[in-house]
Amino acid sequence: MATIEFQGKSFNVDEDGFIESYSEFSEEWVQWVKKEEGIDELTDEHRQVIKVLQDYYEKNGIAPMVRILSKLTGFKLKHIYELFPSGPGKGACKMAGLPKPTGCV
Amino acid sequence: MAKHQTPLLDQLESGPWPSFVSDLKQEAEARAKNEKNIEYQIPQDVVEDLLGVLELSFKDGVTHWKHGGIVGVFGYGGGVIGRYCDQPQQFPGVAHFHTMRVAQPAGKFYTTKYLNDLCDLWEFRGSGLTNMHGSTGDIIFLGTTTPQLEEIFFELTHTHNQDLGGSGSNLRTPSDCIGEARCEYACYDTQALCHYLTNEYQDELHRPAFPYKFKFKFDGCPNCCVASIARADLSFVGTWKDDIQVDQDAVKAYVDGTYPPNAGAHSGRDWGAFDIKAEVIDRCPTGCMKYENGKLEIDNRECTRCMHCINVMPRALKPGKEKGLSILAGAKAPILDGAQMGSLLVPFIKVEEPYDEIKEVIEAVWDWWMEEGKNRERLGELMKRQGFQRLLEMTNIKPVAQHVKEPRTNPYIFWKEDEVPGGFERDIKEYRKNHQR
Repeated sequence: MATIEFQGKSFNVDEDGFIESYSEFSEEWVQWVKKEEGIDELTDEHRQVIKVLQDYYEKNGIAPMVRILSKLTGFKLKHIYELFPSGPGKGACKMAGLPKPTGCV
Repeated sequence: MAKHQTPLLDQLESGPWPSFVSDLKQEAEARAKNEKNIEYQIPQDVVEDLLGVLELSFKDGVTHWKHGGIVGVFGYGGGVIGRYCDQPQQFPGVAHFHTMRVAQPAGKFYTTKYLNDLCDLWEFRGSGLTNMHGSTGDIIFLGTTTPQLEEIFFELTHTHNQDLGGSGSNLRTPSDCIGEARCEYACYDTQALCHYLTNEYQDELHRPAFPYKFKFKFDGCPNCCVASIARADLSFVGTWKDDIQVDQDAVKAYVDGTYPPNAGAHSGRDWGAFDIKAEVIDRCPTGCMKYENGKLEIDNRECTRCMHCINVMPRALKPGKEKGLSILAGAKAPILDGAQMGSLLVPFIKVEEPYDEIKEVIEAVWDWWMEEGKNRERLGELMKRQGFQRLLEMTNIKPVAQHVKEPRTNPYIFWKEDEVPGGFERDIKEYRKNHQR
């Protein structure tokens, strides 16, 4: 486990740069991941994806399926990749502070 | 002098089979010597640390890789399998040991130039270790670090004109038998179809959009040399519609012993002289063959195209001329609700560019499964949960007797409301008029 210091905050992250606990999420975390994930400018659409992911996670305890994320945000998968070049898992879920996707990835 | 003692692994250097341990040691030594003066981008002793961690696993009887790993390249949602050692201080060379899946050419035909170029890239930016190939078909680059992923991807695409394979909940890398390239049984060009559909569905391959993984495999005939029927959610198996082509003179040559049966596949043991009755006629699953007065006859209407007679007498018998393929759906390994092999969906379909009919089936299956499939539910499981009938409706395929091995034996039969005179809305008062309580 590593610790990241950024804008006066510190975050515990794993090797893949996922936050150790959802409770550590903060605006500074968003700014840090933005830098890591090749995102130039954070738009309202980015915020919307993060909000949807967090609401869903808080309510259901899991990240939504890609199809559900598309439905809830109204963004096609292609657009989600335009927003988050690493995709909804490695990009958006990481920025939203959700746990790392698992399974046969 | 090796970095770690490996007494258990050393035992696997004896015996006649090519030893992966000897090969690993050879690569470890080559990296240590570095005769080409390569500026290694990951630890030079990566292979020695891999041997070290493997030896430790042999000793402990457990794996020493951490759970999971999410790494990749921008633009794609898959293609790289992240992996970290759980003893990074002891084995720093494999602290990061990610696997990259590289798309392979259909049929896995290569030139040494191409392979040499890939090896140069991998020596430079990876461990130098590979898996040729993964079970799904990809060229596997075994072991590199996160910072190298984008570098390798850039080189692969810009210098080698080569893309990554698939991983995650998406269309995985399709693969095929060698087909018409080197087999007289092939009923369609498996490589052409595999290549075409791989290109056609790149988006589905690189950016996971499915409920779970999905695989295509292409077999030229029912011998299934790429095992599509067991290892692909949609299996494409070549077949034919008309009569088996029989060369009576060649049949005679088999009977008189001029040609060896099964092209000599059983020559390692004395099975006696070829007996066409015992080895072909009586083994035909439908009993549709006759050999009388030196003439082989086949009642093709009753032939199920199992390939046995053709396999035994390849110089005398050939698949028919009206060729195509069958599509089977739903094969998967046991998790979650039991192993499945493909179930026949389309008995016969022509294989003609641009393959519109085949794409129609694929896309109809996807539309249904993407909408209805639960999280991590394979197509085969959705078929079980919602019923084969539903798959037929969604793909617009009429139910035919060939869709089942046998009719159902239980009487729990669902009817649609419009199939039942009067529908399902009934008033109990109407019933009471004729039936007292």
